[in-house]
Amino acid sequence: MAVFSIPNIKLSGLSACVPKHTEDNKNFSLISEEDRETFINTVGIRYRRVAADGVTASDLCFTAAEKLLNDLNWNREEIKVLVFVTQTPDYLIPNTSSLLQEKLKLSKNCLAFDVNLGCSGYVYGLSIVSSLLQNMPGGKALLLVGDISTRTISMKDKSTAPLFSDAGTATAVEFSSSHQIHFNLQTDGKEFDDIIISDGGYRNPVSKNSFTETEYEKGIVRNNLQMKLDGAKIFNFALREIAPNINTLLTEKQIEKSTIDYFVFHQANKLMIESVRKKLKVEPEKVPYSLYDFGNTSSATVPLTMLVKLREQLVSQKLNLLLSGFGVGLSWGSCYLETEKIICSELIEI
Amino acid sequence: MLLEEFVEKFADCFNQTSAAAFKPETEFKKLSEWGSMLVLIVIAMVDADYEKVITAEDLKSAVTVEQLFEIVKSK
Repeated sequence: MAVFSIPNIKLSGLSACVPKHTEDNKNFSLISEEDRETFINTVGIRYRRVAADGVTASDLCFTAAEKLLNDLNWNREEIKVLVFVTQTPDYLIPNTSSLLQEKLKLSKNCLAFDVNLGCSGYVYGLSIVSSLLQNMPGGKALLLVGDISTRTISMKDKSTAPLFSDAGTATAVEFSSSHQIHFNLQTDGKEFDDIIISDGGYRNPVSKNSFTETEYEKGIVRNNLQMKLDGAKIFNFALREIAPNINTLLTEKQIEKSTIDYFVFHQANKLMIESVRKKLKVEPEKVPYSLYDFGNTSSATVPLTMLVKLREQLVSQKLNLLLSGFGVGLSWGSCYLETEKIICSELIEI
Repeated sequence: MLLEEFVEKFADCFNQTSAAAFKPETEFKKLSEWGSMLVLIVIAMVDADYEKVITAEDLKSAVTVEQLFEIVKSK
């Protein structure tokens, strides 16, 4: 297990941007009315935000970052690191982070690159920017995390269509001698095809067949350019791996579970998170949910949940947080950090 | 681990089907409510109540509630 600590790092601010357009799963006609009720009660997702045509994940992240930089009043010249975590980039080539560096008017002395990760992406992204800042005393970093997953799914697929939603987030991280973050990051590529878009890369380039729709079972119709998600296997994965990952981090870093104010989980599925919460023996009030209103926004769920559910506490108090992301890859990780009265911009809707 | 108790817990996973419909010999995949959501709910129930992990394949291979009980017991 990759358990490690990164010193001299603090989280300074957070912002998020979601599309205004909202879909209601009560109107999801691919399944019966009774099944819609069961889905909303069990999985926990009622509303989903859907980006308009032409709006990308980088647009949502750019809007979030602009707002955050203005609220923080940061000198953009001081930002040395820009990392964009996404699975829905603007182009296959070049890296979208270069476009964001230009749009955000950051210095040419800012390093920038993309990271292709989904649900674990926020925790991984925090570890990457924190590591890079180690050799840059006084340096500042922007971690932009977002996806427009609604573009990757088939609306004829009941196993993905009612789950996914779009969002972009921005997190400000800076060098600080008084804080540190502890991580436990893991990977298991054996199950790489549990969540996959099989065509469109260079293993299976786009062909005429990529557009052929296949009915895998009643209510599950998609083509190979659309996301396949094996819900049961991912559920088993989460039950098997997430609690041990967190327990190992806390044990190795000698962190008392009771001192943690909030456990912020990737918002995949309420039944899944509740199962993990019970395994960890964590009180329900310590586990915030944004699922009902915002669905599964891929890598953005953790910062989005922090912003919409913990904003008041984040801006006014010192908090001990445990963040946990898990999914596509399969890739998962958790981190423990302390925040102290950080800047949290108001949620932006465009 | 008792069969009777398992049948009860299995029945509790369902919302729309009457508890009276569940017996050890019930072929649960023939119930109109059965579907992908119930696969997750049953996996979660077995994990929480019996601390055992069953997979979608296990649920596929069982025809009756009793057969599923035997699979859970063997884990």
